[in-house]
Amino acid sequence: MAETKAPVERPLSPHLQIYRPTLTMMMSIVHRITGAALFFGTLLLVWWLIAAASGPDAYAKFSWFASSLIGRLILLGYTWALIHHMLGGIRHLIWDTLHGLDPVGREWLVRANLIGSVVITAVIWIIGFLVMGGPL
Amino acid sequence: MVQLTLPKNSKMTEGKVWPKLSGSVETREFRVYRWNPDDGANPRIDTYHVDTADCGPMVLDALIWIKTKVDASLTFRRSCREGICGSCSMNIDGVNTLACTRGMDEVDGTVKIYPLPHLQVIKDLVPDLSNFYAQHASIEPFLKTTTPAPEKEWRQSHEDRTKLDGLYECILCACCSTSCPSYWWNDDRYLGPAALLQAERWIVDSRDEATGERLDNLEDPFRLYRCHTIMNCAKACPKGLNPAKAIADIKKALVERQV
Repeated sequence: MAETKAPVERPLSPHLQIYRPTLTMMMSIVHRITGAALFFGTLLLVWWLIAAASGPDAYAKFSWFASSLIGRLILLGYTWALIHHMLGGIRHLIWDTLHGLDPVGREWLVRANLIGSVVITAVIWIIGFLVMGGPL
Repeated sequence: MVQLTLPKNSKMTEGKVWPKLSGSVETREFRVYRWNPDDGANPRIDTYHVDTADCGPMVLDALIWIKTKVDASLTFRRSCREGICGSCSMNIDGVNTLACTRGMDEVDGTVKIYPLPHLQVIKDLVPDLSNFYAQHASIEPFLKTTTPAPEKEWRQSHEDRTKLDGLYECILCACCSTSCPSYWWNDDRYLGPAALLQAERWIVDSRDEATGERLDNLEDPFRLYRCHTIMNCAKACPKGLNPAKAIADIKKALVERQV
């Protein structure tokens, strides 16, 4: 009988390592990352509500955190994640109605999503500072 | 499952640099994925210098030139050399495409060539497509009817026939499915863009009488709904088809039959 060779363990061809990133691909992963970030952002919201319900001391603690540099950076990130994820949801809704799936439409939608999220976040913060005041 | 890095036996190493052929006029550097099942080593990237004055303009021409003039052991699939058989699909310059329709002048600098992504490699640029073909078979890509067959052919209006445009042209090269990150992570359960585009081709065929059954088969969190509209499929398709749109059409049909 012919000698049978042990089956060779075949390698897996490279994927993420070699695929040229596309904007729609990057936006898909950012949509998922912002979605996960919103989970932690909601914890901040819960902290704020519990602090407001618990009395002045607890609320002062939250206020101190929220007005610190780190706190503000986190809130800024949370605002952007929220807006970006919301616009991403609208983008997917448009795609679900079979619009904007063509080469021009899809690139336009992801760019609008990206630019829109940055602009809306900036507008929200500018209005926030104008209305609420506070050190810039 | 999502595994962002390559398994240990799949990590690529620097391979051989093949010397320029004497008398080469104008050379272009090619970096090509190599793996030989017989030597027990990890995959490696070999470097070749193709004399562009001595070969045709397409990437496939260069691969054939290498195989003929430099390294006869280089292994790849090819047949029609005009974009209709789908054999020479591979990853060129970071994008899945057909080597026969991708011109060397469309690539900047060194031409980097890998097998189609996230598949078991049989040898060099030849990946194992068994799962891909099985998925295509699973959508039953043939006419299914219950009414008795007509004496002549199954007739179709011109209008119904146009519904197949953009779907029937698929050559099953697997460029789309293997460009899809969702397919990379779930190729055991997600059908992938190519099989789903074919599914849509039979769903919209006016002569087919198993539309409901076909939709039932697709209504599954993995088989259909692993598509997250990443769009790599539509960008990769060498025939200019849009699997992402075909999948959106199926999702819409599933919603519509419930309301």
